[in-house]
Amino acid sequence: MLCQICGKNPATVHFTEIHDNKMSEIHVCERCAEEKGMAASASQHKFEIADLLAGMVDAMTRTDEERVGHVQCPRCGLQYSSFKETGRLGCSECYTAFQFQLRPLLRRIHGDTKHRGKTPTHGSAGAERSRQIQRLHDDLQRAVEREDFESAASIRDQVRKLEAELQAERAAAHGAEHSS
Amino acid sequence: MSAPRDFAELFSTTSPWLQGSGPNSEMVLSTRVRLARNLSEVPFTHRAREEQLYGVLASVSAAAQSSPAFSDGLLLRMNECTPIERQVLVERHLVSHELGDGARPRGILIAGDQRLSLMINEEDHLRLQSLTPGFQLAEAWSLADQADDQLNQSLEFAFSEEIGYLTSCPTNAGTGLRASVLIHLPALVLLEEIQRVLKSIMQVGLNVRGLYGEHSEVMGNLFQISNQTTLGRSERDSIDSLERVTRQIIETEERARERMMRDARVQIEDKVWRAYGTLRYCRSIHAREVINLCSAVRLGVAMELPGLCPLRTLNELLVLTQPAHLQRIHGSELSPADRNIVRAQLVRERLAAAEHGTGTNP
Ligand SMILES: [Zn+2]
Ligand SMILES: [Zn+2]
Repeated sequence: MLCQICGKNPATVHFTEIHDNKMSEIHVCERCAEEKGMAASASQHKFEIADLLAGMVDAMTRTDEERVGHVQCPRCGLQYSSFKETGRLGCSECYTAFQFQLRPLLRRIHGDTKHRGKTPTHGSAGAERSRQIQRLHDDLQRAVEREDFESAASIRDQVRKLEAELQAERAAAHGAEHSS
Repeated sequence: MSAPRDFAELFSTTSPWLQGSGPNSEMVLSTRVRLARNLSEVPFTHRAREEQLYGVLASVSAAAQSSPAFSDGLLLRMNECTPIERQVLVERHLVSHELGDGARPRGILIAGDQRLSLMINEEDHLRLQSLTPGFQLAEAWSLADQADDQLNQSLEFAFSEEIGYLTSCPTNAGTGLRASVLIHLPALVLLEEIQRVLKSIMQVGLNVRGLYGEHSEVMGNLFQISNQTTLGRSERDSIDSLERVTRQIIETEERARERMMRDARVQIEDKVWRAYGTLRYCRSIHAREVINLCSAVRLGVAMELPGLCPLRTLNELLVLTQPAHLQRIHGSELSPADRNIVRAQLVRERLAAAEHGTGTNP
């Protein structure tokens, strides 16, 4: 998609505007967005990577920019500068290769950088247990919300028990690794 | 409903999300849950080589078809579909525009009951989707969650303890979850309260957009509300907050409808019946007009005005009157002007059939 203002550069900044009960989407390039001062009025648009990154460039000095621009993913060869243009990572390893640049970005997108959802099923009994703990934490929060403190107490006991088991298992696994 | 064995059989059945059933179906057309997953060993779709993508298509479809969720699934390879067939899948919300371009080794696997589907080699290797009629987030989530677990038995997904499921775009990383409801809000639009409501939706971290309409207008008073973030909260948390906010919006719309009926009952009924009359007797009609008129009739049906058609007919019209469906039904490509004529005929026939209680499939 081309920029709706200059019609030349690819549109990387996307806005949703509400005006007179009508929503409109505006797609423009980074330069036009900057020139028209659109980046400043970004309070109610949806998140778009390129546009978030554009905002974050100011925070970095030019040399920082040049330095991280050349960081490359060892597995798929994607350069950070190319991620900045497309907003797409190249492989799962990119998340490690660009972790220092991605962390502030993830925080800006999601307001958080820590996964709290489900984990893959296949794998160790430990993974299954952390899923269970996750689920119990959810239940616990719910119980507290509806002020059902009796259930909350019993859930908390279960969580403690599982967490202790998990910790013991991890310690044992560590010990085995070191001794082998 | 038996599982479709090919595109023609799929085409002849009504998608479950159009059935007009399920909780709050007079206001919420459908509930959708999507999970993004990638295979850990292959670069993301846009960076993978052609043969790697063929490998993904083969391994994912094999794994899925051996899972209970997709055991009776229909696999359609995008490069083997005609452009109209691909567009039909887009119009049915089974396939995204990106997958619908058909250029690379991509496919869609549609489960027998058509509530679950799996896009392969879209922006992410797997896009698992459950699409259910009415407002049933818990049901839609549970369908997708179970299918995800089953797929995970034989596929290794890209995952890190810290960031969760790793996706091509960092906006989806974490849970990879996008839960959404498609909701009809005519009273809030008519009473000019929609702007305030939409703003408040965005302020609580949800995303909202018009379903139809190109750039400048919301058509048919249909809005899609979805979660915005995928990192830092569990799936159940995201789904609960979407559920809560949607309930509030349903109540706000209900109150607006009551006020509207109290203050302007005759005008509203007049609007509904004029819309119905136009649909029932038109001879040439644009898709946009069908969407907008159906919105008025839907409001009438929700307010239990007697003599209108069932919700199911209105839902079906939304999809059947779109270009690819029209051309597929007609059996040949049509110019936009001819489409308007064929569309008008289809709308008249459908409404006549509904009046006589003889609804048919396409
Ligand atoms: Zn421009
Ligand atoms: Zn990479």
